[in-house]
Amino acid sequence: MREREVGVLVIGGGPAGLAAGIAAKEAGCARVLVVDREDAPGGILKQCIHNGFGLQAFGEELTGTEYAERYIEKAFAAGVEVACGTMAIDLTGGRVATIVSRARGLETVRAGAVVLAMGCRERPRGALATPGSRCAGVYTAGNAQKLVNMKGLMPGKRVVILGSGDIGLIMARRMTFMGARVLACVELMPYSAGLTRNIVQCLDDFGIPLLLSHTVVDIKGRERLEGVSVAAVDETLSPIPGTERELACDTLLLSVGLLPENELSSTAGVRLSPATGGAEVDENLQTAVPGVFSCGNVLHVHDLVDFVSEEAARAGKAAARYAAGETRPRGTVPVEAGSGVGGIVPQFLGEQIEGDVKLMFRTRGIYKKARVVAERGGREIYSKREMILVPGEMVGVTLKKDALGSGREPVRVRIEV
Amino acid sequence: MQKYDVVIIGGGVVGCATARELTRYKLRVALFEGAPDICSGQSKANTAIVHAGFDAKPGTDKARFNVIGNAMFDTLARELDVHFERNGSIVLAFSDEGIPELEKLVWRGVANGVKGLRVIRAEELRNLEPNVSAKAVAALFAPSGGIVSPYELTFAYAENAVKNGAAIFREAPVTDVRRDGRGGYLVRAGGRECAARAVVNCAGVHADEINNRVSAERIGITPRRGEYHIVDKSYGKLFKSAIFQLPTAMGKGVLVARTVEDTILLGPTAEDIPDREDKSTTAGGLAKVLERAALTWEDIPRRGFITTFSGIRAHCDKDDFVLGEPGDAPLFFNAAGIESPGLTAAPAIAVYLAESVAQRLRAAENPAFDPVRKAIPAFRTMDADERAAAIAKNPDYAKIVCRCENVSEAEIRECIRRPVGARSVDGVKFRARAGMGRCQSGFCLTRVMEILAEELGVPETEITKSGGGSYLVSGRIFGEEEGGRA
Amino acid sequence: MEERELICINCPMGCRMKATLEGGTITSVTGFTCKRGETYAREELTRPVRMVTALVRVKGRAQPLPVKTDRPIDKDLIFDALAALGHVTVQPPIRIGEVVLANVCGTCANFVATANVR
Repeated sequence: MREREVGVLVIGGGPAGLAAGIAAKEAGCARVLVVDREDAPGGILKQCIHNGFGLQAFGEELTGTEYAERYIEKAFAAGVEVACGTMAIDLTGGRVATIVSRARGLETVRAGAVVLAMGCRERPRGALATPGSRCAGVYTAGNAQKLVNMKGLMPGKRVVILGSGDIGLIMARRMTFMGARVLACVELMPYSAGLTRNIVQCLDDFGIPLLLSHTVVDIKGRERLEGVSVAAVDETLSPIPGTERELACDTLLLSVGLLPENELSSTAGVRLSPATGGAEVDENLQTAVPGVFSCGNVLHVHDLVDFVSEEAARAGKAAARYAAGETRPRGTVPVEAGSGVGGIVPQFLGEQIEGDVKLMFRTRGIYKKARVVAERGGREIYSKREMILVPGEMVGVTLKKDALGSGREPVRVRIEV
Repeated sequence: MQKYDVVIIGGGVVGCATARELTRYKLRVALFEGAPDICSGQSKANTAIVHAGFDAKPGTDKARFNVIGNAMFDTLARELDVHFERNGSIVLAFSDEGIPELEKLVWRGVANGVKGLRVIRAEELRNLEPNVSAKAVAALFAPSGGIVSPYELTFAYAENAVKNGAAIFREAPVTDVRRDGRGGYLVRAGGRECAARAVVNCAGVHADEINNRVSAERIGITPRRGEYHIVDKSYGKLFKSAIFQLPTAMGKGVLVARTVEDTILLGPTAEDIPDREDKSTTAGGLAKVLERAALTWEDIPRRGFITTFSGIRAHCDKDDFVLGEPGDAPLFFNAAGIESPGLTAAPAIAVYLAESVAQRLRAAENPAFDPVRKAIPAFRTMDADERAAAIAKNPDYAKIVCRCENVSEAEIRECIRRPVGARSVDGVKFRARAGMGRCQSGFCLTRVMEILAEELGVPETEITKSGGGSYLVSGRIFGEEEGGRA
Repeated sequence: MEERELICINCPMGCRMKATLEGGTITSVTGFTCKRGETYAREELTRPVRMVTALVRVKGRAQPLPVKTDRPIDKDLIFDALAALGHVTVQPPIRIGEVVLANVCGTCANFVATANVR
């Protein structure tokens, strides 16, 4: 079996992996290898033909494909080796990866540092345990997006969408543009998780009703989907008997959650946070396994790819430094999620902070006219008023180095109404 | 008109096993399966248990064939290169009142010829199964119980049958069977008529319909649905044996049954339904599964759920297997009412039927019979050296298509190319495991469709989930119109 | 006099606004919380426009080419624009930014490629 050594190995060649690889190169790492199991780089962006990307990163509104191309060109120009059709099938805590590709067969890669950038997968129908038939015609929204945008194939003609997250909303518009009839978007919660812009431009523009506090309770069809039953739900999110109504359709698209894909991380001994589904990291994005870093959707599910790139750049830079010999263990000072805060990243800080620290989290509900507060050792070290905070838009908090100080006191972030 | 010595109706595990056993003799054998693929009924939707045999009533065919079948699995698994694990069965009692019930099972098992049964107390139970609920106070331990993959076994039997000369036809529903007036039968399958000297009825939930065409000894099949949850294989290490429950006030217990793939099956329920082909799950049924499984497994991890399914048992009003020739239909052999322990009994039933048929037809042995069938080498179970060797021989082994189960392109292509090969996405799923993991074909679906289209020589728009009308896409986004560049 | 309702898309507040129009001219807007909202309401109600992203046939390839309008077009013209695109087949190679369909439906907007095709 072939063996090679690299400075930084990046697992995943989507927006996170590419940005991490570029940053590692720019930080001086000589040998940076990005591996991606698909035949072309860009990750999920390859199928994102809609716009809304790049406003923060480039000051322009780009499609996902255009955004990906910017980073692919940058990676190429920077001298990052991007190996496609290459899958990482194993990773040890000692940073030894096994990769496999048609071009080079099985290979062992010994890395000075590893960046995990594998992204996430969609929650499937089976995980929801929606009862009914297992007929054809039930897809995750992302898979339907891949069929349409990458393969030029129509999943179906009469569509119901379960879940009002952005992927579901985008597909409502895309299916409508492609000539399908989208009957409704069904959302379990009393509010949508998607951007208001998408509600207006993907549903309202086409007269597609948004059914809040509803869910699909039955899937009907012998071989191919023929219809779904939709019911209202109560405050406990349980279906209310008697409220069922039938929607005749041949396609059901599920947009019901993204799950960070951490199989490989677990085999390497990386500790995962139940709140985010991703690794527990410090402000340098280092996991509990020395020299293994994590960024992008595999760390926590992002809304804006611009923040993915920024986070990944930090991880790539830190990985390069680690590979260059500036090794240090992950920080152990806890960052605590207080009232209203869910899934905060990073979960730890080092005792000595080198620069400003960016925290990201989602709120547990909708907060209006609220204050985001960070405290340490009884002092307030951050405060910002916001008109509105919603779970669908990740909150970023930049803690200034001077305000943070140093030491072992935990930092606590909370929402105050 | 085609003439066969033996026509088998039904391509489940019993039908395919019987086809294989019949090829030990010099007989022209044909199997007709109505669905687009073999193994579409109960054989693919059960708890995958090789029962020890303490449950069946002594003196019944269920008991007899259960115990004989159970003993055949070690050899069978070797010959057919399928997974089999003799991991034991455990029946839990949740109160002291249950202990005499456990002892009754021991006596029943002994009467059926089962070895090694014993009642164990809480401490030994904890040692054997530390993750079983603390509510269990005692258990029956049956070391001869085991687990197998029922569809892997069915496909293996089918491949071996074809290798030894049997013909298997899919999408060929049998719509008529009648006597030909000369001691044989005429079978109408897939719209064509053929002649058979003998017929074997393995038609599952339709076995009564078939029998009642030729025999006045009527059989009545009641479709009885069983629903299941499947838990991800990352939890497989929590249990070693298959964990049963004594019936409680809540009703018949459900199993917590690890599979040979390390996933865990929770279920089944038991509910009579009117529609024999209704494979849907229900909110009530699935909830019941979880409610009862919670007795055995206190902290069922919802985040580990990967999917649900239901299977329809062919429950017979006789409450036992119906095997062999009815008095009024010579050379028509029934294997009807094959519900649990049907999977366990299948190898034994197949041998019994084949021997009966061969004897009645005075068939000579087939010296060319080869009992060995080799599975498609699976990337996921190979060690590093085996992987390197496989890739060197076939570079398609280096292309992982199903990431959750580590299934390579080589295995997918091979499972399509083999006799009785995959012709749909589900066909690939049940043969190569692509799509059986956490993401439920989220990652691999489009690639599996591409490979199927390529191997079968059809456009991707014609690829189905499981044959018939289960089309995956409604068409191309662009019509056939060709335009010039604007 | 006509009364129209709309939701602002500029931030998650999603302010619900009401506007009155007379003879196609806006006479009042209420319900916004910031200036961006008022601006959006005026534009959206007098001349709603949208950026359109779509797919185009590529000769000899199964994978379609993604395209976008290089500026927003009238919301009313979206489906006509998509229909016009349906008559187009592009030939590789294609570079990002290349015009695939010019002057969409008589507007000044063009559909341009948003991916490279070798």
